[in-house]
Amino acid sequence: MSDNRQPITEKDVLYVAELANLELTDEERARMVKDLNSILDYVDRLNELDTSNVEPMAQTSDRYGIDESKAGTARFAYAMREDKTGPSLPREVVMENAPETDGAFFKVPKVIEK
Amino acid sequence: MATSQDTRAAVRAHYEPVIGLEVHVHLLTASKIFCSCSTRFGDPPNANVCPVCLGLPGALPVLNQQAVQFATLAAMALNCRINERSIFARKNYFYPDLPKGYQVSQYDKPLAEFGWIEVPATGGGAKKIGITRVHLEEDAGKSLHEGFPDSYDHTYLDLNRCGVPLIEIVSEPDLRSPEEAYEYLTRLKEIILYTGVSDCNMEEGSLRCDANISVRPAGQREFGTKTEIKNVNSFRFIRQALEYEIERHITVIESGGRIVQETRLFNSNEGKTYGMRSKEEAHDYRYFPEPDLLPLVVDAAWQRQIRALLPELPAARRARMMREYSLTEDDVYTLTRTQGMADQFEEAARAAKNPKRVANLVIGDLLGRLKAQGLEIEQSPISMKGVAMSADLVESGAISGKILKDLYDKAFERKEDFPAIYEKEKPRQITDTAAIEKMIDEVIAANPKQVEQYRAGKTTMKGFFVGQVMKASKGQANPALVNELLDKKLS
Repeated sequence: MSDNRQPITEKDVLYVAELANLELTDEERARMVKDLNSILDYVDRLNELDTSNVEPMAQTSDRYGIDESKAGTARFAYAMREDKTGPSLPREVVMENAPETDGAFFKVPKVIEK
Repeated sequence: MATSQDTRAAVRAHYEPVIGLEVHVHLLTASKIFCSCSTRFGDPPNANVCPVCLGLPGALPVLNQQAVQFATLAAMALNCRINERSIFARKNYFYPDLPKGYQVSQYDKPLAEFGWIEVPATGGGAKKIGITRVHLEEDAGKSLHEGFPDSYDHTYLDLNRCGVPLIEIVSEPDLRSPEEAYEYLTRLKEIILYTGVSDCNMEEGSLRCDANISVRPAGQREFGTKTEIKNVNSFRFIRQALEYEIERHITVIESGGRIVQETRLFNSNEGKTYGMRSKEEAHDYRYFPEPDLLPLVVDAAWQRQIRALLPELPAARRARMMREYSLTEDDVYTLTRTQGMADQFEEAARAAKNPKRVANLVIGDLLGRLKAQGLEIEQSPISMKGVAMSADLVESGAISGKILKDLYDKAFERKEDFPAIYEKEKPRQITDTAAIEKMIDEVIAANPKQVEQYRAGKTTMKGFFVGQVMKASKGQANPALVNELLDKKLS
């Protein structure tokens, strides 16, 4: 582990689990602490490389598009569509996966907040 | 002895409110931002949804080009600098109306930044309010908490709105009073309406606003702790909610307490805000770049194309109208309260022989009558076309100013437009040649000096004689006949 990173604690795991809407057992919690530390250790190793001159990249086509001969908007134009409407799903199909429905709406347990 | 209200005002004067606003505006595209479902408002619930906007596994978003164009146009109208390259990001949170568990938005690289608009300043003149950023994002669905038999333990969801394109417009914390906030929203909405990218309909949720508010002792540089007010559905209520919140902050601070940073809801029936019982970690959105979307590139060429679509904006229009029709600022504001009204006025003014006369009639004769009857200009029985017609009639001498006023009164009495009233009530024209000749003879006899001038070659005197004859006939002589007979008599 690098010197400048605080190790992941059980508190961190609980916080992230809460954000992700996950309930963890004691066992899972302990395993997550271990796994997350191990993953971040690996990231620390990657961080040893000097990347100060490398642009951050979320995906390969981010940088180049599929056609490198094109520049500007044209390079990414293939990833946009015209403003045209098309068919939506029939509602019976939409509701097939609904946990609960009256046929028209999705129904969920009462949301109190908001 | 000072009243408690005086004391209150004195205490208030020690504090300076700091307000920033976040405005969400629906873009008027036909289809959603990342799929081809319709954006139409008022359709049956969950009729306009597909795997993409429902967040079904494996579905992939494809960006709507028109949404980008509208967002960029709005940002340009708000004087923003367009970032040639911006990035979509996922904003992660759980709420039933957000089926994917994240909202596709923009975070550290928004579409546009560093804009501003002007609002009227408290002491006169104008004040620039900074716009931090304008970014593109998708809307969430709609939760219905009431109105169903099992609403006590169920929330109903309509996901038609999921994926409707939005721009979020974030202001700098430059606003210093609820009134300024109100003005800012009014100007902002007007500009967006002029660009045509949104209908800004607050009832339908096409324009929504959240306000951040804090107070600090006057003269202090650091901001106080802020609260956020959500769920306010009119500009008037936002002004009210801010008033309430400023008083609340001051009261808490004055009594030695501390403001808790939180989100509060405004109850318009009570005129009060209430804290939402939400956990603070709910605001950790863990933004990260959206891996399903490429960078958004609006290059110089596309920016030029979009900029060419910018219409004349409200501020520029008002300045031009003041010049063109010699109107005061107040008059121009009245005439341009809605774009439709301003367009009608200008169309009528330009079609009329004398545009300034149209403006004068509106300001002098129309607005006074509207005010007397408590009517808005949109409810006027006399249309702008009617005003233009009446202006031309006065201009040609066919009717006198007095008759015009009578006709206007009748139009208001009977709630009929000017052309209809004129048709029924127009002064019966004198077409009797002998009668008109008699009047001309009298005018000539009474004005020998002018006759001399005319005969000496000053032909512009003709208008004087026409005017005199029309006056003698109480505006009822047929103008064409008067002209013809005058030529004969004066030659």
